[in-house]
Amino acid sequence: MSGLTPIEHGKQLLAVENISLSFGGVKALTDVSFDIKAGEVRAIIGPNGAGKTSMLNVINGFYHPQIGRVVHRGEARTGRRPHEAARRGIGRTFQNVALFKGLSTLDNIMAGRTLKMTRGFFWQCLRFGPALAEEIDHRAKVEEIIDFLEIQHIRKTPVGKLPYGLKKRVELGRALAQEPELLLLDEPMAGMNLEEKEDMSRFILDIRETYGTTIALIEHDMGVVMDLSDRVVVLEYGRKIADGTPDEVQNDQTVIDAYLGRSH
Amino acid sequence: MATAGETRSGERDTFPKLLIWNAVNRRDRPAMREKDLGIWQTWTWGEVADLVRDYALGLQKLGLEAGEKVAVIGANRPRLYWTFAAVQSLGAVPVPVYKDSVADEMAYVLEHAEVAFVVAEDQEQVDKVLSVAGRLPALRHMIYDDERGMRDYEHGRLHAFVEVSRSGREARDRDPVLEAGWRARIELGRGFDLAVMLYTSGTTGKPKGVMLSFDNVLISARNGIDFDRLGESEEVVAYLPIAWVGDHIFSYAQSLIAGFCVSCPESAETVEDDRREIGPTYVFAPPRVYESLLTRTQVRMQDAGRVKQRMVEHFLKVADRVGEAILDRRPVGLMDRLTYGLGEILVYGPLKNRYGFSRTRVAYTAGEAIGPEIFRYFRALGINLKQLYGQTEASVYVTMQPDAEIHAETVGVPAPEVEIKISDSGEVLYKSPGVFVGYYKNDAATAETKTPDGWVRSGDAGFVDATGHLKIIDRAKDVGKLADGTLFAPKYIENKLKFFADIKEAVAFGDKRDFVTVFVNIDLGSVGAWAERNDVTYASYQELAGHPRVIERIRAAVDRVNRDLAAEPMMAGAQIRRFLVLHKELDADDGELTRTQKVRRSFIADRYAPLVEALYDGSTEKHVVTEIAFEDGRKGSITGDVKIEDMTVHPTAQREAAE
Repeated sequence: MSGLTPIEHGKQLLAVENISLSFGGVKALTDVSFDIKAGEVRAIIGPNGAGKTSMLNVINGFYHPQIGRVVHRGEARTGRRPHEAARRGIGRTFQNVALFKGLSTLDNIMAGRTLKMTRGFFWQCLRFGPALAEEIDHRAKVEEIIDFLEIQHIRKTPVGKLPYGLKKRVELGRALAQEPELLLLDEPMAGMNLEEKEDMSRFILDIRETYGTTIALIEHDMGVVMDLSDRVVVLEYGRKIADGTPDEVQNDQTVIDAYLGRSH
Repeated sequence: MATAGETRSGERDTFPKLLIWNAVNRRDRPAMREKDLGIWQTWTWGEVADLVRDYALGLQKLGLEAGEKVAVIGANRPRLYWTFAAVQSLGAVPVPVYKDSVADEMAYVLEHAEVAFVVAEDQEQVDKVLSVAGRLPALRHMIYDDERGMRDYEHGRLHAFVEVSRSGREARDRDPVLEAGWRARIELGRGFDLAVMLYTSGTTGKPKGVMLSFDNVLISARNGIDFDRLGESEEVVAYLPIAWVGDHIFSYAQSLIAGFCVSCPESAETVEDDRREIGPTYVFAPPRVYESLLTRTQVRMQDAGRVKQRMVEHFLKVADRVGEAILDRRPVGLMDRLTYGLGEILVYGPLKNRYGFSRTRVAYTAGEAIGPEIFRYFRALGINLKQLYGQTEASVYVTMQPDAEIHAETVGVPAPEVEIKISDSGEVLYKSPGVFVGYYKNDAATAETKTPDGWVRSGDAGFVDATGHLKIIDRAKDVGKLADGTLFAPKYIENKLKFFADIKEAVAFGDKRDFVTVFVNIDLGSVGAWAERNDVTYASYQELAGHPRVIERIRAAVDRVNRDLAAEPMMAGAQIRRFLVLHKELDADDGELTRTQKVRRSFIADRYAPLVEALYDGSTEKHVVTEIAFEDGRKGSITGDVKIEDMTVHPTAQREAAE
């Protein structure tokens, strides 16, 4: 996996420490700390604007916090870029599906293999010898993912034509193609109907079981969060207000007041 | 019928024997294909025989005994087909089960069949069986094909297919005598042994287990092969449920007998792409498959450019005129032949390629009545589409259409070695080597269906027309008589009406009445599109249904049906005298349709009793109030006036023949 030595399940894989992030006068995150253990499903929940997506962006290096640090695999990282995070085994999907619309499902997922391609530009252009052998290997891996996510029927369909639920699945496929050790999912079930949600939940659990991937997800559907996750961290207005198992969080008075008990 | 002690299917009278024979004589020919990870994987007969042997020895090690039943649940996967052969090679009996049945239905079948083993495709099916395992005291082991998601299960009685095969192979490596023993067991098999048990879905009551012997399946399948001269180079795509007798014959029995290759699609959603890649020569599909292919073509054509549309329109007209004649090798003028040839290059060929029918020699439709237009469309393109009429109890074949004797309304002549007769009540009876042994643990039902001299009651009403072709008109129990004794087959009339795109549902009345009347439901899609093109404005379904011009269109359709009926001596008396267009759509939520969208005739007759009455009391308009249920459970009502239309009846004379 990613050429990294695997971390024993249950040990800390990543920790955010005292993160504060602001854009001008807007404080997106204030002094947030929590950790993610290898092999768990970690949910980040909170009302709109609580800073959940910002948190994911901090984790994969898209944003850089003014204060605090991200410790990944025992190393404190500051100033890391997203592609470096990707190279270090962090994959993600986006809240508002970011795929190459004109490319087929197959090509989109193949794009997720880019970081794994070792042959240079010259060989790639020739599509011959070692470059061809490499492409065949990557294609085999991509086909395995297509099979895993049950999207064989749209293998050659341009993703722009696909319904929303399937796009989400293709995006997940592309993230999986880089064989991440930690997968960040930003609202994987937003806008889905019940059946699609059930499918997606199944896939998330299967990903963990099959590939041993650690998963951090943002989700609004409380039923899904409580069923899927091992531990939940709750943010409100950029601050952490609770952290624990789904049961603990559900019974936490601050959380009930701030979030669950209101507006739902 | 086979007499005890001898077998009618010759030397190779069981499927395991055929498999062994194929492994020797067709060793390197393809036997099975499956698309996996985007690539077609192929197994030769030699490889399949080896796989089946190791798997069978593994099953033997788990303790499977001769005579025991093994349920097979899942989609069309090679390993499930191999399970049939492996189980049969040990003298046990496979029981294929519909994979989409809910746990409770499945439990009934598994319990009734007293299955000792279950072979399931994947986690979903395993979960279903586990959820009812408490009701299955006879169940000892479960085997699954797809290992995904199965890691954390308790594996005491649960085994992966590969594990079972591996244990069989290892046992054979340690003890070479095992293989000889396995082969000797196969030689013990006889044609009159029980080959398979298929549960009929049963529209009424609990499913019944139809027991078929090797002789039943083999002789029927072989006759089907001879009838259409099928060979080892045929290509078949297996995509219909394995628990359905048709798939068992086409994808399992006939493949083993004729030696052709069966291809399993990648998933249920990719069937059409897979079919296009394989290009099957021997095709089987229920009418709905052909229907959807045609509908989608029509829809796509509407988006095509002008020139293309014109071209397709032109050549389809040519095909409609001469296509069938060319297919049936009847004389056709040179000019027409040339135009048709050009059409083949420009239109028919590409269309057939699109459907995956480019190489199709024989295509069958069965199961339900197919719309004559749909049937003709495919034949006009040069696809040899034929109908057959079959039943599980007959090992499929009852009647089939010989090449060049194809009629859209009839289902053909008796298949080889099949005799048919019509009972006094109009029910079709048949007798053949394929006639089932009996229903499992249900002698009462067996006695009711099968007479002591071997005739089977089909439950369908029909008659043999002047050309010797069988025509099925309805379920026997639905057929009634008008007051004057004329035969009244409601579904037959309703189907004729429903073949018109404008008509979504029809309900015919007439049993013990003076004449036939119908309720018609318009098809909102089709009539709505027509209304848009013709500047007919409407605000609701009810308004559109009551529009005089719409009623005029429906009247034309009804008249057309009456003409058709008039041309048939048996049916001429049952022409439609009066009809009305219903003010609301029949809906399953209101109990008017079953969940499978079949009309519940007697319920509708009760619910709309005033309207039925109006059809018979001569009134021309009726005011009705109908209660309806909304999807969220609230109730409401629709009020309106429904017009009742009178029809003229056509004379029974053979007017059509004079044309």
